[in-house]
Amino acid sequence: MDHLDKLEAQSVYILREAYREFKSLCMLWSIGKDSTVMLWLARKAFFGHVPIPLVHIDTHYKISEMIVYRDRIALEWNLNMIYGENREALEGKLTFPDGNTDRITCCKYLKSEALKHTLSGEWPRYRMDHELKRYVPDEGKEPYTGVIVGVRADEEGSRSKERYFSPRDKDNVWDVGDQPPEFWNQFKTDFAPGTHVRIHPLLDWTELNIWEYIEREKIPVVSLYFNQGSGTRYRSLGCYPCTNPVDSSSRTVPEIIDELKSGRLSNIAERSGRAQDSEDGGLETLRRDGYM
Amino acid sequence: MMNGRAQMNIVIVGHVDHGKSTVIGRLLADTGTLPKGKLESVKENCRRNSKPFEYAFLLDALKDEQSQGITIDMARCFFKTAARDYIIIDAPGHIEFLKNMITGASRAESALLVIDVDEGIKENSKRHGQMVSMLGVKQVTVLVNKMDLVDFSEEIFEKLKADYSEFLAQIKVKPVSFIPVSAREGDNIASLSERMPWYKGATVLEQLDGFTSDKQLQDKPFRFPVQDIYKFTRQNDDRRIVAGTVAAGSVSVGDEVLFLPSGKQSAIQSVESFNTTPKQIASTGEALGFTLTTQIYIRPGELMVKPSEPLPEVGTRFRVNIFWVGRAPMIMQKEYKLKIGSARASVKLAEICNTLDASDLSYSKNKHQLDCRDVGECILETSRPIAFDPAAASENTGRFVIVDNYEIAGGGIVIENLSADETLLQRHIRERENNWEKGLIKTEEREDANGHRAKFIVFTGVPGTGKRSIAKALEQGLFDNSLNAYYLGVANIDRGLDADLGYSVDNAGERLRRIGELARIITDAGLIFITTIDDADDYDIETLKLLNEPSDILVVNLGENTFSRYLPDLQIPAGGSVEDAVKQVASMLKTKEIIIEYQI
Repeated sequence: MDHLDKLEAQSVYILREAYREFKSLCMLWSIGKDSTVMLWLARKAFFGHVPIPLVHIDTHYKISEMIVYRDRIALEWNLNMIYGENREALEGKLTFPDGNTDRITCCKYLKSEALKHTLSGEWPRYRMDHELKRYVPDEGKEPYTGVIVGVRADEEGSRSKERYFSPRDKDNVWDVGDQPPEFWNQFKTDFAPGTHVRIHPLLDWTELNIWEYIEREKIPVVSLYFNQGSGTRYRSLGCYPCTNPVDSSSRTVPEIIDELKSGRLSNIAERSGRAQDSEDGGLETLRRDGYM
Repeated sequence: MMNGRAQMNIVIVGHVDHGKSTVIGRLLADTGTLPKGKLESVKENCRRNSKPFEYAFLLDALKDEQSQGITIDMARCFFKTAARDYIIIDAPGHIEFLKNMITGASRAESALLVIDVDEGIKENSKRHGQMVSMLGVKQVTVLVNKMDLVDFSEEIFEKLKADYSEFLAQIKVKPVSFIPVSAREGDNIASLSERMPWYKGATVLEQLDGFTSDKQLQDKPFRFPVQDIYKFTRQNDDRRIVAGTVAAGSVSVGDEVLFLPSGKQSAIQSVESFNTTPKQIASTGEALGFTLTTQIYIRPGELMVKPSEPLPEVGTRFRVNIFWVGRAPMIMQKEYKLKIGSARASVKLAEICNTLDASDLSYSKNKHQLDCRDVGECILETSRPIAFDPAAASENTGRFVIVDNYEIAGGGIVIENLSADETLLQRHIRERENNWEKGLIKTEEREDANGHRAKFIVFTGVPGTGKRSIAKALEQGLFDNSLNAYYLGVANIDRGLDADLGYSVDNAGERLRRIGELARIITDAGLIFITTIDDADDYDIETLKLLNEPSDILVVNLGENTFSRYLPDLQIPAGGSVEDAVKQVASMLKTKEIIIEYQI
């Protein structure tokens, strides 16, 4: 087995372990390359099926191609696709693009808050109806207590300290200093009622591994990751007012792989195009507050 | 094409201030892995603050950058040689970071153990040595550091090597090598030191590249812990797939397979995977699935093996080494949850043979509990048999963790199967019966007065077979015939007698014991005691049988027979009428001379 085979096998094992142990489970799909690889790994784990609902938080500021891609894949792969949103903040225009908040607060409202209340079932969820081929209000109100998230340890500092199975208390608080031990392949899969758990099957993958795997498996990804002639491409995807492309000539997956191997981007953080990270407190503050 | 360069996880351990960080800083610098200008800026910073430059500062600077100011627990550093990429798992030596260290070390394929030659062997030099060994890191190299402080003396190096080898031998660790180094000065790290011409071995980098990442599990007997059984019916998929990761060996389409502990057999029909070319063989490390040639009822947690190869052990009692990290001590008589391979079972600490105090290496024989950070050789007992290997034979199926109150509180390895010994349950029943206080009425007198004998009747079968309706109708029928029968709904026990037990696997053994003890008392009172159990397996029945002694048990199974070897006393197909089922049970009771007559 080569290194990608090993990473794949470990992620598949973690996904199956999560599916075995948690009754109320969902997977967050941001439409980005990492969580799309994770979705593909779920198809690996469950032999072509995805028996876990996929949850996407729609900020309504996503680059429109992302939403088109999401719904196309949801129908093609027969996904149990759900989205949620912060309707109140959107209607009240409490957003950064509306000029009413700073970036961090906007992220907090449109992502963290929307996610928290969508997972808990307090706010409306919308489910893809595969016959009507459109979203309908979801009847399910049960909280998701196990959430599968596609974070990678090499992305930035706070993520390098995550465990594969990471408990959060009722308020989503993460106690970084006192995390459960993980012996070999035995993870913490027992949780007291009321606790939530985040499951991180991609923890050991690097940005390069992700692209090598996309190439090997021919996984479809949004074209925003490629240079379409402007000499730039997105390296990390988010809302259009806060996401900037990087200078790059890579037009294809193999070209991205070569670019990453060349080390040309090694001194530039992967999320450098994400403006909210550089505001006061940045991602660490957001993550403590429930951001993924 | 090979995707991704070969990669190895290494862990660096040792006592505080013995130079772990300096070793890491050196490895990063000497392999040219550092970001541009990093080394120069740290050196410049030291010069400005008039303190001597140390490689450890370099590591601190990198960590600060990586951590963005929050406490580091288990950091990962990366460096590469021509041979492969390395991930250094840097686990702090402080005792409060033990859980992080375990998490890191249990993922490592090799370890560097750093000892300060000047200070000598310290508590953590021993504790970490023990831990690395228990966690299964087979390739250990000892770096005897700070050789510059002892004038690069061969004599002092050899003395320390001899002392530490003696300790390692006691805990059955054979280090791959000892390397004298001065991490600060760079001696023997990337190139051989001219200041230690007497040392002819490998440099640290050569040694690392010499480690193998192949654990050689592929040639061992096939082991496949069944993680789950899937039947996804969408898009008309009718495959029933046994899913998991191959823990050792390999299996091919057509091979006969055996499931343990159930003992069921079948053969591999197909190897299942998604988006790959069709597979005929499944090898060690692969996470995939199988379909079988026959429909057999198996559950997650079983171990699939090949009957043609050496079989794993099956048992309820085994000798282990446990490393305890729980907040509360591990005590006798308490039920914990054991996770080994894909199996989960309730487990009790039956005996502590000895505990090792890593600080002074003394063995203690008289501890009655395992405290946090104790390493103990113990005997564990599960409430039902599990399949496993001694860790020395096949490591993936010989390692376990113990869960206490939702937390992983300990981990360990199995040394040997002790199932031939008397189990805790057998001893409990022997002692109970020896001390049973009898009333004045003899069993025969009671039977004469009642006009029937006592019996414990258990209805089994998968849920939804109408067990309870039949059990209740039987009670009614016996009652109408003036016989003393009593039906107990198991849910009543959950809310009553078992109200103190949580509904988790940890307490499964205790819940079963209480039903058995109840049966012992009610049959002693001369009654026909009737109850139902969902999804009972061979061991549940064996346990109830044992607990109900000296009285006897009758098992009536409804619908699909999911027992592997146990033969129910009566097998009734699902879907028949309640009256007919009751008639069949009553006629069996007559045949077995429990009752004399039964009229409808």
